[in-house]
Amino acid sequence: MATVALGQQAGPASSAITSSFACSLHRASLRCVSVPCFTQGVACAGSALWGLALRLEVEKQRSQGVVSNAGRLRALANEADAVVDSESGRGCRVIHGKCFVVGDNIDTDQIIPAEYLTLVPSKPEEYEKLGSYAMIGLPAQWGKFIEDGAMKTEYKVIIGGGNFGCGSSREHAPVALGAAGCRAVVAESYARIFFRNSVATGELYPVETNGKIWEENHTGDIVTLDMDNDVLVNHSTGKQYHLKPIGEAGPVIDAGGIFSYARSTGMIASTAQ
Amino acid sequence: MATTAVSVAHHPGISSALRDGASLASGSGFYGVRVSVAAAPKTSVASAHRDMRVRAVMAPQKQERSPASTGAVKQAMTATEKILANASEKTKLAPGENVWVKADVLMTHDVCGPGTIGIFKKEFGQNAKVWDREKIVLIPDHYIFTSDERANRNVDILRDFAREQDIKYFYDITDRSNFRANPDYKGVCHVALAQEGHCRPGEVLFGTDSHTCNAGAFGQFATGIGNTDAGFIMGTGKLLIKVPPTLRFVLDGEMPKYLLAKDLILQIIGEISVAGATYRAMEFVGTAVDAMTMEDRMTLCNMVVEAGGKNGVVPADATTAKYLEGKTSKPYQVFTSDGNASFLQEYRFDVSKLEPLVAKPHSPDNRGLARECKDVKIDRVYIGSCTGGKTEDFLAAAELLAISGQKVKVPTFLVPATQKVWMDLYSLPVPGTDGKTCAEIFQQAGCDTPASPSCAACLGGPRDTYARMNDPQVCVSTTNRNFPGRMGHKEGQIYLASPYTAAASALTGFVTDPREFL
Repeated sequence: MATVALGQQAGPASSAITSSFACSLHRASLRCVSVPCFTQGVACAGSALWGLALRLEVEKQRSQGVVSNAGRLRALANEADAVVDSESGRGCRVIHGKCFVVGDNIDTDQIIPAEYLTLVPSKPEEYEKLGSYAMIGLPAQWGKFIEDGAMKTEYKVIIGGGNFGCGSSREHAPVALGAAGCRAVVAESYARIFFRNSVATGELYPVETNGKIWEENHTGDIVTLDMDNDVLVNHSTGKQYHLKPIGEAGPVIDAGGIFSYARSTGMIASTAQ
Repeated sequence: MATTAVSVAHHPGISSALRDGASLASGSGFYGVRVSVAAAPKTSVASAHRDMRVRAVMAPQKQERSPASTGAVKQAMTATEKILANASEKTKLAPGENVWVKADVLMTHDVCGPGTIGIFKKEFGQNAKVWDREKIVLIPDHYIFTSDERANRNVDILRDFAREQDIKYFYDITDRSNFRANPDYKGVCHVALAQEGHCRPGEVLFGTDSHTCNAGAFGQFATGIGNTDAGFIMGTGKLLIKVPPTLRFVLDGEMPKYLLAKDLILQIIGEISVAGATYRAMEFVGTAVDAMTMEDRMTLCNMVVEAGGKNGVVPADATTAKYLEGKTSKPYQVFTSDGNASFLQEYRFDVSKLEPLVAKPHSPDNRGLARECKDVKIDRVYIGSCTGGKTEDFLAAAELLAISGQKVKVPTFLVPATQKVWMDLYSLPVPGTDGKTCAEIFQQAGCDTPASPSCAACLGGPRDTYARMNDPQVCVSTTNRNFPGRMGHKEGQIYLASPYTAAASALTGFVTDPREFL
């Protein structure tokens, strides 16, 4: 699988950036195809260059059929967000950051209310806008998933209860969460269409727990979701939870969705653009 | 609460699930989960069912099997399994198997169509052709009568694609100011699919809408999918799906005159919870189902998704054949479950003992008796959607209003699902009213004039959508979901109900059992 050779195109970027990048690239190269993991503290001066280099590389990979359009959209959307934890880049099985906690039966109207469905997820500008409305339908008791005026969420992981994503078949639901910057949901169970859409688009890892855990976690807690070892660690409470393996859905999401996966495994031919 | 006998075939694993707070149904040989709705918290019901789901992966064994039948049992399949076997060209299938099935019909609408088309073009190429121009049905229906530019643009995207691909079935609308000026426009996709003859027994229908399961009423496999899956089908005509095990609902007895199919499905969803049928097929059989019209059967199958179900199925019969006369000339196959097929669980209901229900805010499984909610003051009533905006739904509402002879006390919004339904409102005589039409009765009762056919406020929609709930009000609605914000305002309170219950409630200004009038 191709790795992103951003290091070589860095130019005047500092050696500190390059070396910590190398570490995250190594992780990325183990199983990921597409987007690089950014490191914390990338200097502003270098970020514009990173952005350009990223754009070039992503376009190259997309034309090779390696990166799905969803992957490309996400990469471009994340490009501006230079200060991102090294372990929360796309395609990484270890995700570290703040969690957002909700309960049972969070339905698709809460995840993305119907009035925003006029946005077409396959159009890049509208994809971003969709992300800015993620979880805007939640009742006030759960708090805000995205701060007023922001386009992205601070929360990389959502912890939920049973039947997450119930309701509509709208693919806008997992897409909005992914576009907002969320990487995974860790829930007791999922509605089938939401689960299927998360995998097909490659936008989210829908991880299943063993039993109810949401009541023990709080929005803002720092967590590490480790899908290599099937464990969720809450650093703020000190608790750990064993998770069900992501299984065959994992490689599909790593690849950026069903089409990318099918191409990278030779199931379907690359498109001639 | 009326007695609902819930029986489940033997399964050794179920008894441990009952520790989770559900109570054992009485009777020997029964491992039923009988939930007292008031007492049991939803989560313990859900977890009890989840445990059962995990344990009962293979069908429960029957107690007695004659040796002569054991060979046949291995081949016995449910209707859903047979339909999928046929579509995947396999002689037999078992639940849990992943198979590639051929799609007979792919439906998409204005909300998900543009995204699906975008994915199709990006993945298969800008100049790619769809797998079959006659098997795709494009139905604008969600956000039609609005000034929202993006919504209007989305219909344009469908039109451009239809032209480019020479799509045979595109129910276009160009003049939004007058739906009747658009001869091709139909309205709500699921009702249009049925009325236009796209639903046929034995076939596989995928749609980019959760209520695609509505078409299971025709004895076919029909389920909702997302844009990416739909884009895939557009290019290949196939989809990889997992064969679901089947839950069987046997509905026997004579329907009381105040009860409608909506009450039955609310009963069932309240029984098994919003996740009780996740990844399952829901099959509806029994004497009550045999006696149902196609629209009744659609109401049942429509809300399968509200229980988490993958698909609903009512075996095709003479009623189905009659409905299809003149609508389709395509030959079709009828698949019914084998007598000794394996069902994950079986639930039995004596419909004659059931009472009109509502699903209280904020969940379709928050079941309550309509008569026990009579102190709930309401602000409005909404009669419409694929679930409750069909011709027979309006006939029922009009019938009750006519019998009462009174006027409604709250704004009562009427949204026929399709152009055909709208025309029926103005032409069909309502039984027992000396030939009055629904429209006349609605007008005399003070209801709003029937609106342009579309999904309208069932799911809120753009701000200027007809009957959208823009304030925190209490609404009785014949629609399908009542999660927070469903019809617009986050603090709106929606009571899902049958058309009878909706009409009765409109007359009193409170949630009302239709027996007050019928």
